[in-house]
Amino acid sequence: MNLLRFALVMAWRESRRARGRLILHVAAVSLGVGAVVAINSFGANVNRAVIHQARALLGADLELQAPEPLDSLAAMLDSARRAGAAVSRVTSFGSMVLALRTGRTRLVEIRAIEGQFPYYATITTAPPGLWPTLQTSRCALVDSAVLITLGARVGDTVAVGEARFPIAGAVTDAPGDVGLRTALGPRVFLPARYLASTELLGFGSRARYRVYLKFASDLEGQRFLATHRAALDAAGIGHRTVRDEEEDLNRALGTLARYLGLVALVALLLGALGVASAVRVFVRSKLSTAALLRCLGATERSVFAIYLAQAIAVGLIGASGGALLGVAAQTVLPAVARAFLPLEVTPALDGRVVLSGLALGVLTAVVSAFVPLLALRTATPLQALRRDQTGPTPGLRAGRLAAFAAVAGGVVVLSLWEAPRPGVGLGFAGGVGGAALLLWLTAVGLMNGLRRFLPATAPYVVRQGLANLFRPENQTVAVILSLGFGVCLLGTIYVVQRNLVAQFAPDTGPGRANLVLFDIEPDQRSDVVDFLSGHGVAPAGFIPVVPARITGVNGQPIAALRDSSRRGSFSRAALVREYRNTYRDSLVGGEEITAGQWWGPTGGLTRQGLGSSREPSEPMARISVDEDLAKALGLSVGSHVTWDVQGVTLESEVTSLRRVSWGRFQPNFFVVFEPGTLEDAPQTYASLVRVAAPSLRATLQRDLVVRFPNITCLDIALVEQSLDSVLTKVSTAIRFMALFSLASGVTILIGGLATSRLQRERETLLLRMLGASDVQIRSIVFMEYILWGSLAGAVGLLLAGAAGWGVVRFVLEMPFTLPWKALAAAGLGVAGLTTAVGWASSGDLLRKSPLAAWRALIE
Amino acid sequence: MPYLWTHMMLEAIDLEQTYWSAGAPLTVLKHINLAIEPQAFVAIVGPSGSGKTTLLGLLAGLDAPTKGIVRLDGQNLADLSENARASVRATKVGFVFQTFQLIPTLTALENVLVPLELRGARTSASTPRARHWLDRVGLADRAHHYPAQLSGGEQQRVGLARAFAGEPKVLLADEPTGSLDAETGMRVIDLLIEINRDVRTTLVLVTHDPTLAARAQRVVRLAGGSIVADGPPDLG
Repeated sequence: MNLLRFALVMAWRESRRARGRLILHVAAVSLGVGAVVAINSFGANVNRAVIHQARALLGADLELQAPEPLDSLAAMLDSARRAGAAVSRVTSFGSMVLALRTGRTRLVEIRAIEGQFPYYATITTAPPGLWPTLQTSRCALVDSAVLITLGARVGDTVAVGEARFPIAGAVTDAPGDVGLRTALGPRVFLPARYLASTELLGFGSRARYRVYLKFASDLEGQRFLATHRAALDAAGIGHRTVRDEEEDLNRALGTLARYLGLVALVALLLGALGVASAVRVFVRSKLSTAALLRCLGATERSVFAIYLAQAIAVGLIGASGGALLGVAAQTVLPAVARAFLPLEVTPALDGRVVLSGLALGVLTAVVSAFVPLLALRTATPLQALRRDQTGPTPGLRAGRLAAFAAVAGGVVVLSLWEAPRPGVGLGFAGGVGGAALLLWLTAVGLMNGLRRFLPATAPYVVRQGLANLFRPENQTVAVILSLGFGVCLLGTIYVVQRNLVAQFAPDTGPGRANLVLFDIEPDQRSDVVDFLSGHGVAPAGFIPVVPARITGVNGQPIAALRDSSRRGSFSRAALVREYRNTYRDSLVGGEEITAGQWWGPTGGLTRQGLGSSREPSEPMARISVDEDLAKALGLSVGSHVTWDVQGVTLESEVTSLRRVSWGRFQPNFFVVFEPGTLEDAPQTYASLVRVAAPSLRATLQRDLVVRFPNITCLDIALVEQSLDSVLTKVSTAIRFMALFSLASGVTILIGGLATSRLQRERETLLLRMLGASDVQIRSIVFMEYILWGSLAGAVGLLLAGAAGWGVVRFVLEMPFTLPWKALAAAGLGVAGLTTAVGWASSGDLLRKSPLAAWRALIE
Repeated sequence: MPYLWTHMMLEAIDLEQTYWSAGAPLTVLKHINLAIEPQAFVAIVGPSGSGKTTLLGLLAGLDAPTKGIVRLDGQNLADLSENARASVRATKVGFVFQTFQLIPTLTALENVLVPLELRGARTSASTPRARHWLDRVGLADRAHHYPAQLSGGEQQRVGLARAFAGEPKVLLADEPTGSLDAETGMRVIDLLIEINRDVRTTLVLVTHDPTLAARAQRVVRLAGGSIVADGPPDLG
């Protein structure tokens, strides 16, 4: 009989008695593979959707945009029109709207449409077919959320600035709409020709101007961009093609899918761990069979092959189950991710993903079974004759080292494969390795510590329970590793989410402002103070806001800088954007100087102000720059920045860098000028107000819109709600993937219980024969599990804290706070749950009568 | 019928034990009537599968019989819950096993302590007694050795010390020499019988070995789940 056939036949026969137990190994593999297949299929589907929908998402062949009216493009657009292109304009800006019937207000995004935009998609309205009416009648179409928050219905009139529009209908679906879209800024669509009548687009308004072009052919489009690219770049006008859209979407969504992929990878690693620990015990129980086979003349290799064949079978069955699970799960994933996906993702089967999932499952099972299987090679024929042998001798050192290297290599390769960037992959693999090492050290330390310092005077059940933790064939390492990993993963997700929420959730403590008024014009200041006093609100100070652009850095004109930005040394966006700067003499809360020196409260020096011509000896205007912006622009203390402040040139010198806490609910500024420099520049003001009662806040906002239509009002409660819904939706997707890991962890726990129960049966039986009661047996188990659970929980959560800190501090770059109370509660929960599982499982040990168990043992 | 008026240490009246195996009943013991006087030394013999182990188990209260009565020191075990039977075992029954059944993670001394500690006795109070018993089996100097560090004969002697340390009224031994060579086995049996005589325990011993059975006062022979002979060894 050749080796392979013998191995396969024996593997099949040998598995007969153990198939029930193999189900757990299979489940462990299935969950891991399921997670990976689900997330990779999802990634493939998203990719396909991007390619199909990018044009619809952009709505045109080319988008041009700038923060100022694109009047300079008239000649360029005319020539395009002559070549057969269609042109649309969309102007968007934030503004308050007021529903006249209900008197309710809402900050919305106004979009004024001119032309046939979008060209490659349909905007669905209720009642249907209303989109073209924007071109023919004076009316407004609004997002459904606007109707809800205003308490308005179709036919009501909304006030937008000085103009009034009847609501013709609601926009129910537009391409690129994300579930979160309307939470962040619901839209009101208006015909562009009535935009002027709102009188909202005066000085200082933060409007975005976009032109959309549809060309007669792709070639025409390419020719247009090739001709005008330089001119557009020089004028600081952004351009975006369908290809750009596609690339950006793929990058963004690909990154998302791959981060989720790492979460899936953890599930797979946990599955591998489950297989390894189960196989270890399985092999232990097969040692005598292996020795017997050797006695009967089987070679070492054929014995090894028998059990390797079983491991491959487990991998194959598990991976198949996992592939099915993954395919099933990816029909759910798009629904979970819908809230933040701008695409219609249709689940489809991707053969390559399924095949690679299968291969991954088999490989995982085989690699993780390999180390424990090595023990079989040491089964000598003599062992069959000596039933009293105490344990397998350690495997071949070289073989074990090779197998461990294979496992470590496997983890690195898988991490690199799933990770969005090599750095992240290596970091992840390193984190997994570090976490595994720490958990392993904890387990080994626990065992050694107990072995050495087992309290000799403790009651018997305590000593026995503790001794079980380091007895031969104990599951301490496997349980602490798997449980700790699962806890660490879920804990990390929790810690990161809590930090995100805390960072963005505005401080709502008493005394804190909860309304921000923007765009107050200088001559409105006293009226606003009167208005606020009239509503019983303490008049607040005014914060000046001065719009400006950068025209040069360190003497280099911006055009030159833009060229180098293409080579990646500068952030292009940071160069061309419009800055809204302020001036003041002191730092505000949430700001911290990280380099250089803040100017004192009293200026002393007379510096160059706006409009005055600078003498060479005269010091320049001093500015303080946000440290991240400084990084993006390559600025440091001493750098010079040249500004265009509404057409007037102003030189400035960076004298300090600040860290700004952007999550604080207050107007924050990238650049602060020292007083005495910008006072004469055209400016608007912002003001912070606190109005405690929600009803009063609503009244104030309504009256404000009527009295000062140009002033925008931001309500903190709304901001908070929106952020909450965003974070909830994103974390739902992550939690969905984490569920796989949790399920894997539970499988391993059950597997650990099952295997340790087999080992424990004999001893429990003995104790029962000697007269131990239920309570004594259960107490022994209790000791074991409470130590397992609390140690795994504690170390897992410790790691979660560390991992969360790393992610928050270095990936998200936000300040970190440790939600230690919640983590401590979770730790207790894990310990309690593990103990409960152990307690419940020990019931099984007590169910059989001692005599029946004894007979089973000796027969 | 002397046991009608004498107090019996172990009694089985019309005992029957049936197991369900693969959906079919399997009667392992039937119509067992047996009475064992205090301090008696009884050997139960019979071929494999004759029900020896089951009988021993029922006498020890390891299970409730399907039918009939088992009395240990006058107490009907069939009336008791498993926990109550466990407490009877802990206080009145000692076991010696074929494969020694020492707990591998405990030292010899700690293994002897187990029955005492299961009763809730404090370790400090029980240690001198456990030491005494280890000394009695000649292993005083091996108290802190683990089972793996002891030979088979030594392990079984620890087993004897454990069995006697609880001062049981009944000592049940299941093939106590089954895992030992003839000479070591004989020495263990000598020790067992000697201690048993000293402390006046009732000893019930299951064995295949005719020479071992011949040393008992009485031999009960089982075949096919029933008692086929019961009398002095020469008749057995």
